Amino acid sequence: MSEARTQILTSIRRSLKRDSASPEMVSTVENRLKAHARNLVPQRSNLSPSDRIDLFVSMATEVAATVERLPNLSRVPHAVADYLASQNLPAEVKVAPDPQLATIPWDKRPTLTVTTGRAADRDLTSVTAAFSAIAETGTLMMLSGPEHPTTLNMMPDTHIVVLRADQVVGSYEDGWDAVRRRDKEMPRTVNFITGPSRTGDIEQTLQLGAHGPRRLHILLIDGPSV
Amino acid sequence: MQSTSHAFKDNAHGALADERLQKALGKMKVGFQDKRTRAVARLPEFDTLRDQSRDIKNHVLEHLDLYLERFEANVIANGGKVHWCRTPGEARDAIVEICRSVDARIVTKGKSMIAEEIELNDHLEKNGLEPVETDLGEYIIQLRKEAPSHIIAPAVHLNKEDVAESFMKAHDKLDPNRSLEEPRALVNEAREMLRQKFLAADVGITGANFLIAETGSTVIVTNEGNGDLTQTLPKIHIVLASLEKIVPTLEDATTILRVLARSATGQEFSSYTTFSTGPRRPGDLDGPEQFHVVLLDNGRTAMLGTEFQEMLRCIRCGACMNHCPVYGAVGGHAYGWVYPGPMGSVLTPGLIGVQEAGHLPNASTFCGKCESVCPMRIPLPKMMRHWREREYEKKMSPQAFRNGLGIWAWFAKRPDMYRLGSRIAMGVLGMLGRRKGKFRSLPLAGGWTDWRDMPAPEGKTFHQLWAERQQGKASTGAATTASSSSDRKAA
Amino acid sequence: MENKTKTPRVGLFVTCLVDLFRPTVGFAAVKLLEAAGCTVEVPASQTCCGQPAYNSGDRADTKDIARAVIKAFEEFDYVVAPSGSCAGMIKEHYGELFADEPEWAQRAAHLKHRTYELISFLVDVLGIEAVDAEYTGTITYHDSCSGLRELGVKQQPRTLLRSVGGLTLTELPGAEVCCGFGGTFCIKYPEISNKMVGEKTIDIARTGADTLLAGDMGCLLNMAGKLKREGSDIKVRHVAEILADMTRDVPPIGDTRGA
Repeated sequence: MSEARTQILTSIRRSLKRDSASPEMVSTVENRLKAHARNLVPQRSNLSPSDRIDLFVSMATEVAATVERLPNLSRVPHAVADYLASQNLPAEVKVAPDPQLATIPWDKRPTLTVTTGRAADRDLTSVTAAFSAIAETGTLMMLSGPEHPTTLNMMPDTHIVVLRADQVVGSYEDGWDAVRRRDKEMPRTVNFITGPSRTGDIEQTLQLGAHGPRRLHILLIDGPSV
Repeated sequence: MQSTSHAFKDNAHGALADERLQKALGKMKVGFQDKRTRAVARLPEFDTLRDQSRDIKNHVLEHLDLYLERFEANVIANGGKVHWCRTPGEARDAIVEICRSVDARIVTKGKSMIAEEIELNDHLEKNGLEPVETDLGEYIIQLRKEAPSHIIAPAVHLNKEDVAESFMKAHDKLDPNRSLEEPRALVNEAREMLRQKFLAADVGITGANFLIAETGSTVIVTNEGNGDLTQTLPKIHIVLASLEKIVPTLEDATTILRVLARSATGQEFSSYTTFSTGPRRPGDLDGPEQFHVVLLDNGRTAMLGTEFQEMLRCIRCGACMNHCPVYGAVGGHAYGWVYPGPMGSVLTPGLIGVQEAGHLPNASTFCGKCESVCPMRIPLPKMMRHWREREYEKKMSPQAFRNGLGIWAWFAKRPDMYRLGSRIAMGVLGMLGRRKGKFRSLPLAGGWTDWRDMPAPEGKTFHQLWAERQQGKASTGAATTASSSSDRKAA
Repeated sequence: MENKTKTPRVGLFVTCLVDLFRPTVGFAAVKLLEAAGCTVEVPASQTCCGQPAYNSGDRADTKDIARAVIKAFEEFDYVVAPSGSCAGMIKEHYGELFADEPEWAQRAAHLKHRTYELISFLVDVLGIEAVDAEYTGTITYHDSCSGLRELGVKQQPRTLLRSVGGLTLTELPGAEVCCGFGGTFCIKYPEISNKMVGEKTIDIARTGADTLLAGDMGCLLNMAGKLKREGSDIKVRHVAEILADMTRDVPPIGDTRGA
């Protein structure tokens, strides 16, 4: 295989009519990779925090997500149970093993069955947090990790996301800055999720829930904590 | 796939006569063009983002070796592996070898045009593996044993009745009296069938919209979420990508993502944009245990440094074919290979040879719509013309056509002869056509008059009449009225 | 660029299709340019812009023809053609032909900046906003591809048409979609070309207009040919014929006098 590697790299250099790259070229590339400079970021999301949240809500709603605003985390069990009832769904949720979600007083709605872990095939509804949310297009940003298995984003029919208002940023670039501020390696998976799963593959008519969730319900928490 | 590009004309003939296909193609305008127009209108920075996206890729192509080396180093640092492949054969072998290492049986696949390019499914089947396409459109055409007719909407040539027919046949354990009339029922059935495959798969193969040098990440963009289930549930995730997919940083990928979905489907952003970096991490509860990137050249490095280099900026959004009137008339299968429409007319001769695909760059009116909507500002008509130049140099165009062109050029380079010849020809045609104003047939012009009338010329040529006017001796016909009314006006 | 008080000296690039099929369009161009205060000359050494060779991959002949055009027209203040396609060829493609011949590249660039499609020249360069013409009828307008996408000809013909007495303009749905002419394309792939022009004539008929206009003879011959074959009585004309008030001088394209 290393022979193929050498040949491909040689072929590139031959086509570009040069030998290995000059020191200037190497430093151009190194600097660009280190700087991660932003290109043009659309003005659309350059807003005050409250307008930014409004933009997020309207963009998410436009792509068929639903958004419910709650004053604090203690309202989450009621909101989840009421939402499931309104959709005629069983009162069972698989919750991500996230420390913040663990502080939710789930026992306030004893009829709601709560388990934690990754998603299994039979799980109908998941509850996860989000790492961040992008106002520009109403997009949720999810990082995989022990506290957020990716399967919870993708397998259940219904995905409920608990998002704090202060996590809503303007642009994807703001999201990347937040990822880098963690000062950890890239997670295995970064999911940008914009509305529920959909397909237009049959006669270009929009159908929700192709393989991923049919419903994406966002609980937007205005207050900072319980 | 076996190319039928050489038979483009016959393919097109069949496509034009296919009523079901024509009905399906008729829906593309509302489905794609109008949505793109609306999405672009909502983003004032769209054209500047196109410029920047073009510049990012141009920069990458000039430093391609360096970025690929950095990409590989970062994939390895994150626990993955890069397989460099010069040819489709090397890529197929690399993939089969990975599958064998875990005794794989079922391989799920996200949509990948590179997999079509290297005929991966056939090869997997020959090696005892069961490839399962999971993108709904790809799944449908896999059941029908067809090739995709569009790079982002593989089943765009089919109507829902076609799909229902295929599902009835393929899903033969289900109730034969169930209703599959509505698209919703078809989507639900596919979801049920494919969920079992996702759970049973040993290996998941996805393509990549981008490779990111900075982090060693690969990026896929889907609406269905099939690519995510494909790469999250099995033990092994294989990314199959051609090497020009690389961009420097997360920011660069982000910029191009802003033009991708808007150009492709007219969405602000696709439902799922997923950045995958290495295998699952310690403590993760899901995700693949192995992460492989199969990096394919297949003629691309040879396009660098040529007049076709700019084609390597292509991000496979499909906007060019969504807006192409020729594609709209004949559909994707007529083009005869993996990549249809304008981008295919440039890329295909580069990958399978202009001898085989010579029709494609000719089957364009150069209307320029493709270039005007290309998010990467690829000058597609210009590059189709470059292919025509290569064909002309190799004397590949039909002899009769070359002869005709040669005679025309001989006159065009000799103004006096041109005047004389055109005077005689138009004089005769003008006289013959005077009574009806048009011809229903003309010798040597069957290509035109089989389908259209040929409007008759006025009779005298402009230069003839102009000379008469200049000499002040115009006496008959258009010249008199033309010059007199002109004088009246100028006075 | 030029001294405003001076009378602009315009070299008319007639185009081969106008020369051969529709000389009236050439005289309409002359009339419009003279009415706008230009001196118009028609260099006798012109034939064609070279597009048929260029788009067939015959670069050598194209260059020979381009050199002849450059020589014939470089002494004029402006080069004007009643065609977006031919003006686009001179303006947008000659430079590329001479990429490795600096002297000719410079001469091509010199010509590029002074070459215009007729209607955009009248509106954008000369600042004309109205013409002295009458036409009783409802017209619809097809935007030819090269003029539209290479030269930005879109509003200019509509601006001038609005000043024509008695004329109603009704927009053509899909006005910017190619009619399927494409130069040699319509001969090499007649069946596809026919499908495209067939879609176009459906759209044209739906507008209810009695007259179809465009600014390029190739597209006009194609659309007129299809309309006539379908038995349509929609009249087809080059936009310059209407703007120059010369519709009484010549029957519509593909029709006979009195039709």
